[in-house]
Formats: sequence, structure tokens, C-alpha cells
Amino acid sequence: MPANVTLQDVDRVAELAHLELTQDESGRMLHDLNAILDYIAQLNELDTAHIAPLAQVSELEGTAGSNVLRDDVSQPCLDRFTVMKEAPETDGVFFKVPKVIER
Amino acid sequence: MVTGSIAEPIVQKPRTVAALKCDIAAGRTKAAGLAASYFERIDALNPRLNVYLSLTRDRALEQAARIDEIAARGDPLPPLAGIPVGIKDVLVMRGAPATAGSKILEGYHPPYDATVVARLEAAGAVLLGKLNCDEFAMGSSNENSAFGPVRNPHDLERVPGGSSGGSAAAVAANLAVATLGSDTGGSIRQPASFCGVVGVLPTYGRVSRYGLIAFASSLDRVGPFAANVRDAATLLGVIAGHDPNDATSSPAPVPDYAAESDKPVDGLRIGIPAEYFGEGLDPEVRAAIGQGIAALEAAGCKTMPVSLPHTRYAIPAYYLVATAEASANLARFDGVRYGYRSPASETLSAMYRHSRDEGFGAEVKRRILLGTYALSAGYYDAYYLKAQKVRRLLAEEFLRAFADVDAIVTPTAPTPAFKLGEKTGDPLAMYLADIYTVTASLAGICGVTVPCGKTPAGLPIGMQVLARHFNESTAFRVARAVEAVREAS
Repeated sequence: MPANVTLQDVDRVAELAHLELTQDESGRMLHDLNAILDYIAQLNELDTAHIAPLAQVSELEGTAGSNVLRDDVSQPCLDRFTVMKEAPETDGVFFKVPKVIER
Repeated sequence: MVTGSIAEPIVQKPRTVAALKCDIAAGRTKAAGLAASYFERIDALNPRLNVYLSLTRDRALEQAARIDEIAARGDPLPPLAGIPVGIKDVLVMRGAPATAGSKILEGYHPPYDATVVARLEAAGAVLLGKLNCDEFAMGSSNENSAFGPVRNPHDLERVPGGSSGGSAAAVAANLAVATLGSDTGGSIRQPASFCGVVGVLPTYGRVSRYGLIAFASSLDRVGPFAANVRDAATLLGVIAGHDPNDATSSPAPVPDYAAESDKPVDGLRIGIPAEYFGEGLDPEVRAAIGQGIAALEAAGCKTMPVSLPHTRYAIPAYYLVATAEASANLARFDGVRYGYRSPASETLSAMYRHSRDEGFGAEVKRRILLGTYALSAGYYDAYYLKAQKVRRLLAEEFLRAFADVDAIVTPTAPTPAFKLGEKTGDPLAMYLADIYTVTASLAGICGVTVPCGKTPAGLPIGMQVLARHFNESTAFRVARAVEAVREAS
């Protein structure tokens, strides 16, 4: 079954990802997503009904991977001045952004 | 002195870490003078190779002066004393620009050092600067950098591979003795192969990622490049080990990899998977890897076929897992806390969209869209979950193979370095450049790529040596055996 991503899908996904695409970009992405998803469709040849998903390789048996835990205690961190210095717009205490509520 | 035509190769082998350290200890070489000579070479050649994005001269020269003081006092020198090292620009260095090859981090000067950066410096390394790469490490040719492609020192019309193209090319052109890169689907191994240097994919959890700008967190690894196996092993020994700042870093003890790399290989069982030698493998690459395998047999290794039948599903599974994770990781670039903000947006949501649209390049947008699509309602099971199940099949298949063999050898890439622009129009063709590397990424195992010959036109070919989790020592030994035969011939 070929992938059938539509232009509406591309625009919806772009909106979810906070990307604004030009019309040219949307067309290009439509073509590329369908081509890539067509290629990806070969995964459907595999029966994985009884296979557990693997999110992280430390879950594998016999790999010496392990969950690393530590005590939940506060540690020194970067000071506010150092961090805020990197902000595009700030009053020194808070990040400043354009208005949040539209209309 | 720089002479010759524009396209003439710019290849030079750096001196070994051991030789340089010996000279620095004896006072024959000053670390400060060595650093200055590297900056001179960079100033002369970087305009043609585009390897470095920024230099950290002051920090390097201060460190070199410290090393020279230790040497002058006759005190013991740390393992990388005075060694000039370059850092891929996805790892942060305090106060130095960190771009990740993207415009969206414009103006960002991170206020802290990545753990691997701090460890290199504590071991005496002199850090020269930040190396060019594909934007957010997404690419196989370095052509996705917002700051222009790196050129392959062996042929300036060809790509260095990606995404750590700058890290590989810097070592090939002797613009650093060693470098760090990152590997999510092949981004250390494939450029090392294209540039004729050694590249290391450490086991997932072996090296801290604290201070690595994240691409796909269940896959991302940091590893070294060097001109020879022993130096690469020395660097891994310095950067490996548990870091309280990275909960995925393992507390497993760190062996003396450099010493391990010298151990003989006779009696080692080497697996050859037919799935890596099928359709699409360049005949010149096939021939070179065949010679490498013959060399291992001559050194006393026992070679045998192993079966990895799910190999062909690795690229589709990888591009779902990696893009899904990337779409989440790259959500942080929003123009609020650091980096680029699009000017004059009326509302917050418009500011997010404009900053990200203007800041990200096409490949990054493509992957964010693919990842967001794979995670979105109605497609999660069909794509993301399916890919994670196939990931388990691939990982368990490797574990089964490693019950019978100590290492697996394959070509690192199906072809030698391709021409600039050759694949930029076709994202899928570019993705297939990673066909032999994404498998180890998904399985979390380790590997080393080692130069294994050249095409008649002089382009390097790399052999990939894979070993089971936390068994870097074996991968180094096998790689060293291949290297030793080539040195002798």
C-alpha cells in the first residue's frame, strides 16, 4: 500500500511541530515524505505481533547496560545571570516573549 | 607552505600521540609551539576545506602553556599532554560559539563544558576549536551544514561524509591530531571511512553525552577520530566512564584500551555477514574488504559466516526512531531562551514558527516533519511502535551472532566518498549511505572503522569492526591487526 500523505497532512504536521512552510516547501515535503514512507512500508513484511518494542538498549538482556540511579538531592547549578545572558530578550529576571493570547 | 592547484589533495598524517608526548616531555617540542603550528596550518588550509567553524585560540594557548610548565618542572605528563584536538560543533565548550551547523543557534555561547571536553582538557589535550558538521548531525555528506560543506582532503570535489565531516577531514588533513565526533546512525564511522582515518562508535552508555546537543537520545553517542587505532583507543580511554550528569552513562570499568589494542588476534572468531556484501556494494570496496579479511585470517583469526537477516529493515526502522526522537529533542529551539529569534512577530506562536522556519534548514525540517508524523495520532502504532519492535529484532539478532563470534567485520559504507551535490536532490539515496552503520546504532553495540585500502583513484575505503556491548577492546584489537598489515605492506 503506497503512502498517501496529503498536503493537508503536511500542513497539519507542520503546525504540530511549530514550523511554517512556504508553499514550495510544503510541496517538496509532500513528495519527500511519501517517498520515504513508501520505502519504510517494507517494515510491514515483518510479523511483529509478539515482539516487545525496544525503546532503549539498556533494556536488553546481557548487555551490561543498567539503570543508573542517584539520590534526589539538590546540586549547585548555573546562576541566573549566566543563563539569562543567552536569552534573545530578557529583563534580567524573566524571558520576554511577544504576547501569548491572540485576539 | 601551501602550494598546488585548488583540487590537489591536502592529506597529511599527524604524528602519533605517543611520539608527540615523548617530545614534549623531553623538551624537544613545546606544546605552545605545537599549538601555534596547528593554528598556522588551519589558517592556511581552512579556507579550502571548511573544516573549522570557530577556533578557541586563547583557551588552547593557555592550556599549552600549562603543559609546558609541567614538562619544564619534569613532572609526569597526563595522557594527552599538549595533543591538539578538535571538537565537533555539537559538543559545547564554555564561552565558544556552539552552532550544531545550524543558524538557529546564532549568537549562542554555552555557559558550560561538555563532560568529554572537560575530560580531554583534564588529560592535557589542547582544544583547537569547533568542527563543521551537518545541521544537528543530520546528514551523511556534511552538505546540510548552514555554514557550507566540508571538502574531502583526498579529493576536494568529494564529500567528507557526515555528519561528523569536519572531525574526519581535520584528522586526514592534519588540522588536528585527533578529534571528537558524534554518531547517531553512522556519523563517525562513515566519514572516517570516506576520509581514511580511524573512527570509534563506543557502546551506548560508554561515553557521557552531557553537553552534546541531542539529536536522537536513544541512539546518540560521542566518540573519537584519530590517524591510528592506538591513538583512537587512548582518546576513548580518556573520555569513557560514568558521569553523574548523564544517567545513561554506565558505571562499567574502563579498560586500558590502548594496551588492549596491541594484543594479538590469533584465535579470535570473526563473523562475516553476507547481508553486508550484497547488491549495491561497490566492487572496489568489496575487493578491499576481502583483502582485509584475508589479512585477519593470515594473522590467525578464524572467519566464519554469520546471519543477520533483518539487516535490510534497519534503514526504515532507524529513520523512524531517529526522526521521532529528533522531533521531540528539537522542540527546545523556540527562540525564547537562547539562539536565534525571528524579529518582529506579533504573537508568541508566530514567533515560534518564524524562528524555527528561518533557523532550520531543509533536512532538519524534513526529519522533524517525518518524526512528528510518525508520532501523531493514528500513526504511532503503524510507524513508531513498529520501528521499535524491529529494533528489538535487530538487536537480538546481533546478540545471537555474538554468541558464536568475537567480532563481525563489514564494509563501513557501500561506496567510497561521492561527489559534492551527487545525492542532495534525493533524501532517500542519501539515507542509504548509512545502510551498513545504522544496524549497530539501533543495537547499541560498539564498533571501530579502520582504513582498509584505497580505490585505484586514491579514495579511502574503511572496514567496520563490530563487537558486543562494552567490548571495545576486541574491536580495537581486530582494527589494529588490519592496520598493522597495511603498515607492513
